[in-house]
Amino acid sequence: MTWKMLAAAAMLAVLPFTAGAVEPDEILDDPALEARARVISKDLRCVVCQNQDIDSSNAGVARDLRLLVRERLVAGDTDKEVMAYVRARYGDFVLLKPPFNSSTYALWLAPAILMLFGAGTVFAVLRSSRRRLAAAGLSEDDERLVREMLASEKESGK
Amino acid sequence: MKRAIAALPVLVALIFGAFFLWGLNPNRDPNAIPSVLISQPAPEFDLPAVEGTGVPGLTRADLSGNPEPVVVNVFASWCVPCRAEHAVLTRMVERDGIRLFGINYKDKPKDASAWLEDLGNPYERIGSDLNGRAGIEWGISGVPETFIVAGDGTVLYRYVGPVVGAEAEKQFATALAQARTKNGGES
Repeated sequence: MTWKMLAAAAMLAVLPFTAGAVEPDEILDDPALEARARVISKDLRCVVCQNQDIDSSNAGVARDLRLLVRERLVAGDTDKEVMAYVRARYGDFVLLKPPFNSSTYALWLAPAILMLFGAGTVFAVLRSSRRRLAAAGLSEDDERLVREMLASEKESGK
Repeated sequence: MKRAIAALPVLVALIFGAFFLWGLNPNRDPNAIPSVLISQPAPEFDLPAVEGTGVPGLTRADLSGNPEPVVVNVFASWCVPCRAEHAVLTRMVERDGIRLFGINYKDKPKDASAWLEDLGNPYERIGSDLNGRAGIEWGISGVPETFIVAGDGTVLYRYVGPVVGAEAEKQFATALAQARTKNGGES
């Protein structure tokens, strides 16, 4: 009884993750093509609700694009050709993973440059502070002074 | 060396400050999607007429070989802002003498013709895009959208959303004036 309830609860918990925006009438008969369509749709941005992929968007244009992707696949396009087809109409913007080109150098390279800059700063600061510590060692005169003071302390303590 | 390191925080602050200044610019719209069509030939499409409107359909061929730029407006009777924009477009046709073509996006012909009968029809040609495929060819993200197409069929300008309000109308009028001088210069 309990494990049945647990199983039912687990199934219900999984439901929200399996339910996408893809409607039954869109799904292709060929499971291999449908699987490819799902993968492509996850990489295409919905132009209405801009931070969603078209696979999970309920917008009208997203549905049209899903249908278009499937149509191109049925017509025999490769995944790359389908992407190029959509990109020719909506530009780089429609790709959720922006391509590496002159307008995105800053986007792709900035993290690496900032990391290098940070690492360089940390390195420089650590090195200069270590040098300062070494320089802060007592001089010979100071050492002798300390020894004398300690010795006189001992004598007076007796 | 030390002096250079001391200047670093100032430099970093300056860089970030410039970035924030750029980001806070009220004229920058982070949601704007740059159109790939600008300066490109208009896409291929072939749309039948909307039944009951009495004007012919719209194809790619209608957009080339025109003596002056034309305006292509994507609209639908179910689109509320289109109703507001309709008055502006009508005024542009009547006052400025622009040639206006329409793409009736995902609309029932019956609804579209009733809507135009009610408000008047400023469109010279209207193509019926029932399944939205021509809309994808034009790269639209919604209705209304308005394009200015040069006489030779090159797309010059795209306006997303209704051309309503002083600011929008001014922007559109400027683009149209530019398109006209450009077109005149070429021919």
